[in-house]
Amino acid sequence: MAQQHRPVVHPADSRRGFLAKALSIITGGLATLAPVGAGVWAFLDPLRRTKAAASYLPVTELAAIPDDGVPRQFPVIADRVDAWTGFAAEPIGAVYLRRAKGSETVEALSATCPHAGCFVEMESTGKCFRCPCHNSEFTLDGGIVAPSPSPRPMDALECRVAKNGEVEVKWQKFRAGVADKVEQ
Amino acid sequence: MKNATQGDVVKKGVFGRLADFFDDRTGYRALMHDALYERVPGGARWRYVWGSTLVFAFMTQVITGLFLWASYSASAQTAWESVYYIQHEMAGGWLLRGIHHFMAQAMVVLLALHLLQVVIDGAYKAPREVNFWLGLILMMLVLGMALTGYLLPWDQKGYWATIVATNLAGIVPGIGPSLQQLVIGGSEYGHHTLTRFFALHAGFLPGALIVMLVVHLALFRKHGLHAKQPITKPDAMFWPDQVLRDAVAMLAVMAVVLGVILVPALKAMLAGEPVDVGHLGAELGAPADPSLPYAAARPEWYFLFLFQFLKVFEGWGATGEFLGAIVVPGLIMGVMFLMPIIGNWKLGHRFNVAFTLGIVAGAGLLTAMALNEDYYAVWVDKAALADAQKLYDETGGDEEKLAAALGGDKAKITAMEAKWEKLEKIRHSQAFLDASKQAKLDAARAIELAGRPEKIPPAGMLELVRTDAKSQGPRLFAQHCASCHAYVDPQAPEAASVLAKASAANLHGFGSAAWMRGLLDPDQVAGPAYFGNTAHKDGDMVNFVQNDLTDADTWKKDDIEAVIAAMAAEAGLPGAKPAEPAVAKGRELIASDERCGSCHRFRDNGADLGTACDLTGWGSRDWLVGIIVDPTHERFYGDTNDRMPSFGKADEGSLAPLTRAQIELIADWLRGEWYRP
Repeated sequence: MAQQHRPVVHPADSRRGFLAKALSIITGGLATLAPVGAGVWAFLDPLRRTKAAASYLPVTELAAIPDDGVPRQFPVIADRVDAWTGFAAEPIGAVYLRRAKGSETVEALSATCPHAGCFVEMESTGKCFRCPCHNSEFTLDGGIVAPSPSPRPMDALECRVAKNGEVEVKWQKFRAGVADKVEQ
Repeated sequence: MKNATQGDVVKKGVFGRLADFFDDRTGYRALMHDALYERVPGGARWRYVWGSTLVFAFMTQVITGLFLWASYSASAQTAWESVYYIQHEMAGGWLLRGIHHFMAQAMVVLLALHLLQVVIDGAYKAPREVNFWLGLILMMLVLGMALTGYLLPWDQKGYWATIVATNLAGIVPGIGPSLQQLVIGGSEYGHHTLTRFFALHAGFLPGALIVMLVVHLALFRKHGLHAKQPITKPDAMFWPDQVLRDAVAMLAVMAVVLGVILVPALKAMLAGEPVDVGHLGAELGAPADPSLPYAAARPEWYFLFLFQFLKVFEGWGATGEFLGAIVVPGLIMGVMFLMPIIGNWKLGHRFNVAFTLGIVAGAGLLTAMALNEDYYAVWVDKAALADAQKLYDETGGDEEKLAAALGGDKAKITAMEAKWEKLEKIRHSQAFLDASKQAKLDAARAIELAGRPEKIPPAGMLELVRTDAKSQGPRLFAQHCASCHAYVDPQAPEAASVLAKASAANLHGFGSAAWMRGLLDPDQVAGPAYFGNTAHKDGDMVNFVQNDLTDADTWKKDDIEAVIAAMAAEAGLPGAKPAEPAVAKGRELIASDERCGSCHRFRDNGADLGTACDLTGWGSRDWLVGIIVDPTHERFYGDTNDRMPSFGKADEGSLAPLTRAQIELIADWLRGEWYRP
C-alpha cells in the first residue's frame, strides 16, 4: 500500500512527455503493423490472380446441334484449377447453342444470367429462356423480354466451327448486374 | 454478528478462506456485486428480456459453433462431406447442427423484436445514441454471419444463393469487382470462397461482434435500463428478479428451437414410423455443382424480402439492381443511424416509429409476395383456368390468334389475358416446385451415396454424384435421347400422351420380360411404344410379329414365353430371375434358323450380321453401350438405322456427342443398375 503515496513524475506536460507519447504510439503501432500487414497482404492475394485469357474451347460437333433454330444446352468442359487442386476435363459452365435451318454458323449464349449469375433455363413452353431466380426472361436469341430485372440481354459468346465440324466457343464470363458486357 | 465484530473468533471454513484469498487479490466480490445488483427501475418486467435472449442466442451460437468447428472442414472437396458426416454419422451431430441452424433464425427474429422495442420505447434517445448505433452495427454483424453461414455446407442452395449475393456485392460502384474478388477468394468459387467465408463466419465477424457487444453492454450499464414509463412499482435488483425472467425467456427460446428440430420426430413416432435422426434439424442439399442448374435457389427466409425487392425494379435495368441491392437498403440503414438525431425533432420520434413499422410491414409484404410467387400453383384453383389453358394451347399463346378466337370482343380478350397471366404465374411456380422436388431427390440420393460402405472418394462427393447412374441417367437421357425416345411406365396414366409425342421406342423397362412381351405382342409392336413411330413400322420384325407369331401351330404360347425368358436372361437386369428351363428352351428357339435365327445372329448360330440386330447379350450393358455408341454398326441396325445418331463415334479429330462414361451412365440407368443401400 505504501507505494501509492510515493510521488509520481508527470512528464505529460513537458516536451519530453510529448516525445514519450509520440514514440510509444509509433513503436506500438509499428509492432502491430507487422502481423496486420502480413495478414492483409496475404488476404489481398486474390486481387492479383487475374484470369487466364479466354480461349476457344471445343464444346460439341456441328451435327449435334439440330438446325431448327431451337437453342440446346451444352456443358463446357475444360481443365480447371481451384487454388491447390487441379481438375482435368471438368464441366465449368454451360452454353446454349443454336443454328438456323441449313445454316453452318452457330450462335452461342452463355447460360449464366447477366442479372445476378444464376443458371438460365429454357421455359417449359420452349418459347423463351427464363432465369429461375428473379424471373428474367429472354427470347430464344437472348434478347430481353421487357420488363425484366436483367440490365442486359443474355451474353452472346464468340463461336466458330472448325474444319472438322467441331464447334468451339470462346468461354468468357461477364460482370453481372451491369448494363455493359464487361469481362469479369 | 457479535462474533464477527470480535475479529477472528469464528474460524472460516476452507472455502471461505479460499474465497477471501481470491477476493483480496482480484476484488471479484465487488465485480459480481456490480454485475448482479443493477437497479431495475419499477421492478423486473417481462418486456426487458429481449436483450438478454439475444445474448443467450449468441452464446448458443458460439458454443454450438465451436463444437461444429471441431468437425467441419472448409474446402470444396470436404465441406459438404464433413457436414454430411456431422449430420448423418456423428452421434448427436444432427442435434448440434440443428440447434445452430435454427438458433440463427431465432436470433434474427429476436433482433427484430429488440430493435422494434428500442425504437418504440424511444430508448435510442440521448444519452443512449452511441449504444443505439452499436446495436445497429451488431445487427449487421449478425446478418453477415447468417449470410456467410449459409454457404458453409457447400450444398446447391448455399452455393447458388452465394453467387447471387456476391454478384450483388460486385455492383458496388468502384470497389465492387475487387470486393467481390476478395470475398470469393479469386475469380471462381472454390476452396478459397469457403475458407474466407468460414474465417468471416467464425472469426472476423464474431470477434468484432464480441468487442461491440462488450461495449454495448457496458454502455447499457452506464446509462441504466431504459424503463417503461410510467413507473408504478418500486425498483428492484437485476439479481434475482430480472435474471429469473430472463432465464425463463431463454429457456422458452431454446424450447422453440428444440421443438422445431424434434417435432417431426415426435410426429413420426406417433404415426409409428421409424425416425432417421439424420433427417432432423437442418437440411443438407445435394453437393454444390457449378455445372448443374439449381432452379430452386432461394436465400434463407429472412432474406427473402431483399430477394423479392430486386424483382420490384423490373425494367429498370442496371439502375434498378443498383437501387434495389445497394441504394435503398443503404438509405434505410442510413435513416436508422440518424434516428437518434431525428428523434430530437418535434415529430421525430413518431417518424422513427412509423418508419420502422413501415420497414417491417414492407419486409413482411415482400416476403409474402415471394412465397406467393413460389407456391402459387399450390393454392390457386386450376380448374377455374381450364378454359384459358385450352385456348392457350390452341393459339400457342399468340395474342392475335386469341383476338380472332374470341371474335375481337375487347372485354373477353382482357379477361382471357388476365387468366393467361395467372397461367404464367402457375407455370413459374410449378417450375420452382418441380425444382424443389428435384432438389430434395438429389439431396436424398447424395446422402444415400455418401452412406455407401466404400465411403466418399478422395476427390469428393461431386465425383460420386456425377458418376451415379441413378441421378445422371435421367439428365443425360432428357438431354440427348428424350427428343425421340419416350421413357414412361406403360401403366402410368400419362403414358398415352407421352408415347404419342415420341418418335422412337419407349425405353422404360428395356431389357425386361415385360418389355419383350410387348414387342412380341401383335397389337403393340407397331404401336408408339415400339416401332410405330419409326421407319421400321412396316419392317420385317413388325411383319413377323403380326403374321408368323400369331400362327399358334408354329408358335405356341409357351414358346413365345420361353423366348421372352431367354431374352430377359440375355439382358440380366438386376433382380430379374427368368425360369431356367424356359431360358434354355428359349435360347434354342432364338438360335434356330427356322425361328429368330433366320434373321438374327444369336451366339454362334451362324446367321449373317447386318440383316437384323445381334441378339447375343441383348439388353446387357455391353449391348446397350454398343448400340448407343454406333447403331449403324452391323451388330445393330446397319444400313437400316432410322435416325439414331452414333453418340460415341467421332469423326477423325473431332468430338463424339457423348463420352464413353456418359454412355455407360445412360446404359446403367436404363438397366436400373446403380447403388442401392
